Amino acid sequence: MQLDAVIWEWIFVGIRILAIFVITFAIVPYTVMAERWICAAMQDRIGPNRTGWFGLMQPWADALKLFLKEDFVPNHVRKAYYILAPTLVFLPALLTMALMPWGSNLGPMSCVLADIGPGMLVVFAVGAFSVYGIVLAGWSSNSKYPFIGGVRSAAQLISYEVCIGLSLVAIFMQTQTLNLTQTVLYQAANGWLVWQQPLAAFLFLICMFAETNRAPFDFPEAEQELVSGYNIEYGSLKFGLFFLGEYANMMVASMLLVTLFLGGWSLPFAPFNAPALVWWVGAAHVAIFIAKTACVLFLFIWVRWTVPRFRYDQFMALGWKVLFPLALLNILITAVVLGLRGGA
Amino acid sequence: MKVRRPKLTFLDRLYLPQILAGMWRTLKHIPRKKFTRQYPEEKLKLLGKYRGAPVLVRNQDGQVKCVSCQLCEFVCPPKAIRLFPGQRDANAPAEAKIEKEPEDFVIDMTRCIYCGQCEEVCPEQAIFLKKDFAVTGYTRAELQFHKDKLLELGGVHDAPICKWKKK
Repeated sequence: MQLDAVIWEWIFVGIRILAIFVITFAIVPYTVMAERWICAAMQDRIGPNRTGWFGLMQPWADALKLFLKEDFVPNHVRKAYYILAPTLVFLPALLTMALMPWGSNLGPMSCVLADIGPGMLVVFAVGAFSVYGIVLAGWSSNSKYPFIGGVRSAAQLISYEVCIGLSLVAIFMQTQTLNLTQTVLYQAANGWLVWQQPLAAFLFLICMFAETNRAPFDFPEAEQELVSGYNIEYGSLKFGLFFLGEYANMMVASMLLVTLFLGGWSLPFAPFNAPALVWWVGAAHVAIFIAKTACVLFLFIWVRWTVPRFRYDQFMALGWKVLFPLALLNILITAVVLGLRGGA
Repeated sequence: MKVRRPKLTFLDRLYLPQILAGMWRTLKHIPRKKFTRQYPEEKLKLLGKYRGAPVLVRNQDGQVKCVSCQLCEFVCPPKAIRLFPGQRDANAPAEAKIEKEPEDFVIDMTRCIYCGQCEEVCPEQAIFLKKDFAVTGYTRAELQFHKDKLLELGGVHDAPICKWKKK
């Protein structure tokens, strides 16, 4: 009996690992696809529609092309780090995916692969590694544009990472937990945090644009200024890994936003506002989570094709002179409100 | 002249209203009519004076209009035209009144710049630039358009003036 439960637990872990891999590698290419379609529509174009049914096979054709290209390593790079860098960009995204609460539970199986107590801290500790990947790529490429890209990425990191942390402190003060599942449960019971902490949500969103290196904060890449930034010297599958990493990071950022501010898998009415008791509610929870994530992904794409890139010094000024004080102010307000309510 | 610098209000400096306006603008474009043309299926609409591939034409009687005067060969800026003058076929009808006809007429489509000077200079209205723009081939030899191919592409030219009929 005891052994039986252990075996089931392992099977569940296996299923969830498989699900995360499959969903990541299925959603990420179609995020790229969606980006191409949406940007085309915004520019009054049609976008890719030839490969497969309505162009749906396009990402796989692109992947195949990258796969078949010669894996070329230039002579002037620092080889070990050069090869390590793409992995460091992609791996954190995949790792943090393990902490995301995809849903409440499917029957006896919980939908979180790693339900760690201080989950939020792990997400940021691991997530920050993707910046190391970019910096390392910029440095090991031993070439000027990647180097500038890498340096920019490092400078960007110190200006927004502080703000992310501080904007979330207010959340932790309110929910009294660092655990992502608990945060979702809190929101299921007390309403979405985006209504209670709009400023924190806004700051977090801006910082996520920076964290995922997307316009208007895509300084490490900045095609018009740095050709293509940190990944110039890369080709073939290594470039593919950077590309995949960028979009996987974007997906993680969207999931984080959904989990922390948009109520995760919950909807504010029964039976979706409590952990599932029957399997179809559990499945609906997963669908709700994915739908919300898709909406946030749309927001990411929408912003990228609307807002022009900031000037670099303007972004630093924004980070330190505006976002940072605002985050502190938000903590203060939260503390005062919580104190007056007599909670905490 | 005094250039006035607008004073930015607080909202202007906040930058957010502008971003939201921009996002509204891009959102409005999504359902709009697209400008893309699905090229191979949907042909482009070319203007009347479009200059495509040069071709040779026949007159209403089915005669080759070219009399191999070689003006086009002479005027052709990239030297794409080579013309080999020859005698007209002996069993051509007598009323044709033309003695010469090119034995072969070669246009090197890898050289042609579609300038239309051959059409401009031709005294017989025998060469025209049609609207075909997709001139493709697998080999260079395929892109040497010879007389037969040029006449096939050209077809019959319904000219209102039949210059040799009245001579």
